[in-house]
Amino acid sequence: MTEVADPVAGGNAGMGTQYLEVRGLTVDFDGFKAVNDVDLTLFQGDLRFLIGPNGAGKTTVIDAITGLVTGSGSVNKSGMELVGKKVHQIARLGVGRTFQTASVFEQLSVLQNLDIAAGASRSWWTLLRRRNGVLPVIEEALDTIGLTGLADKPAGVLAHGQKQWLEIGMLLVQNADVLLLDEPVAGMSAEEREETGNLLRRIGSERTVVVVEHDMDFMRAFATSVTVLARGQVVAEGSVAEVQANPKVQEVYLGTAAEGTPDSEGGQ
Amino acid sequence: MRSILGRWQTWAGFGIAAVLLFGLAPAVLSDFRLSLFAKFLCFAIVAVGIGLAWGRGGMLVLGQGVFFGLGGYMMGMHLKIADAQIRGNDVPDFMQIAGMKSLPSYWTPFASPAFTLLAIVVVPTAIAAVLGLGVFKRKVKGAYFAILSQALAAALAILLVGQTTLGGSNGLNRFRTFFGFTLNDPVNRRMLYIIAAATLLIVVAVARQLMQSRYGELLVAVRDGEERVRFLGYDPANVKVVAYTVAALFASVAGALFAPIVGFIAPSQVGILPSIAFVIGVAIGGRTTLLGPVLGAIGVAWAQTLFSERFPSEWTYAQGLLFIVVVGFFPAGLAGLGVLFRRRRRPGPGTTDPDQEPETEKVGATA
Repeated sequence: MTEVADPVAGGNAGMGTQYLEVRGLTVDFDGFKAVNDVDLTLFQGDLRFLIGPNGAGKTTVIDAITGLVTGSGSVNKSGMELVGKKVHQIARLGVGRTFQTASVFEQLSVLQNLDIAAGASRSWWTLLRRRNGVLPVIEEALDTIGLTGLADKPAGVLAHGQKQWLEIGMLLVQNADVLLLDEPVAGMSAEEREETGNLLRRIGSERTVVVVEHDMDFMRAFATSVTVLARGQVVAEGSVAEVQANPKVQEVYLGTAAEGTPDSEGGQ
Repeated sequence: MRSILGRWQTWAGFGIAAVLLFGLAPAVLSDFRLSLFAKFLCFAIVAVGIGLAWGRGGMLVLGQGVFFGLGGYMMGMHLKIADAQIRGNDVPDFMQIAGMKSLPSYWTPFASPAFTLLAIVVVPTAIAAVLGLGVFKRKVKGAYFAILSQALAAALAILLVGQTTLGGSNGLNRFRTFFGFTLNDPVNRRMLYIIAAATLLIVVAVARQLMQSRYGELLVAVRDGEERVRFLGYDPANVKVVAYTVAALFASVAGALFAPIVGFIAPSQVGILPSIAFVIGVAIGGRTTLLGPVLGAIGVAWAQTLFSERFPSEWTYAQGLLFIVVVGFFPAGLAGLGVLFRRRRRPGPGTTDPDQEPETEKVGATA
């Protein structure tokens, strides 16, 4: 394994050539443009935060990239066009995501969750036999997310933070190199946030990580670059300092602060 | 690891079941009771499939009568042709009465025993695979899937009633021989029981392998989070269609055994009521376990025989009430009660965990 570098702004900390290029992405819900002509360019090794007021279309951007909602425009992952493909096909091309509410398989053990995540390309012959031992890649992931000791516990008994880490672990063994995380630290304690941030740092250098987040302290502590969305459009993009200094960003937040409720994301 | 112990337990479980089914039951039961028990075993075979598709896969299959009927009718057609051939007739007795002089063209291949056995396996499998893919790829699930499968059962039953070449509402009955063996002979009826019991053991073994394999884990994942599985790169439709098809195959084989064992197959075995009866046994026994459906199906069928003789109308209400109580208050069925009691001592986030290691020792309660 190569030396682990921290993610850097603009990406390419791991010297990789993977990228995700979003051009003119538009999602139209019966005339309401939840996402309007969004451009994003992400290189491997970038830890990009996607922020914006409620209803800005952050989650919808992720939904459109992963095929959950149909968008128009172009999403190009290292030369492969994703728009128009089905959810499971996009996942097989290495795009993984988490959800605002942790959605692990609660009846299955942590190990089973990871084993399923690692197995999308298994043959029927392998599937019809019993799981035997633990794959090295899963052991590594268990170590990375710090759940080795809980591997045989049902995922349903995990704490909220642990479930989110398990989901991130599932993305790792799924071999996703584009990770789209929807509010991974919502509802976490300060300690758990810290650990999650460090986890993102650890995995972020070799992958492209996009984090949708409301927590500004968390963003300031861990983001290498930030994109600000408002009303479905990109308002600003750059480093944390650049974005914070941008008057348009301040306007967007102050202008809509009185409207929305603080913890629900619009444009599902 | 408990895998070695687990393997030993499994063999012991199958061994005990074999002793009970092949040794004890034929020794203590009268010929009449043994035939009755053979019929229950047919229902149990259907139940194993429902346990897989519904309990593990989350597909409420309310129309297994369709596949049960397909298997039963195909076997029935062969038996009727064979009987007619022995008597030197061109057509079965009921066609003679109806004034038919030659076999309808779709009957003729069923003169061959090999073709019949093959068709009992292939036809329902193919139908279930095509139907399942069509339905699951369109993301039809939950109550919509249940209603659809039930509508199919109703449609097939209505279709069969109108077919004079299949005996109409009487169906096919009065079978005299089974692949050359006279069905009047108690020894041959005993052989039929042995075949049903052996088939049940095979079916349980297949279901067990499916449930404990990686596929089984994936099936539970699809049941609990179909959309989530999609984001891991799987097409859930492909996962579901396998369990659905296996369940259909089990039902067809059960129907094919039911016809010679009970001596008839009729639209009344195909429609909505028998299809729901299959599901009731599974729900009461515990749909997510391996053996709960088997014991539930046998128990309900046995109770039905026992009580419906004395209280024919009350039994229907009692059965309905039992179903509501179990589904409403004990979703894991009777098999789940044991788990519930064991968990009492360990309070915590109360996951009922329908993914328990199947309890092999419960085979002992079969007889």
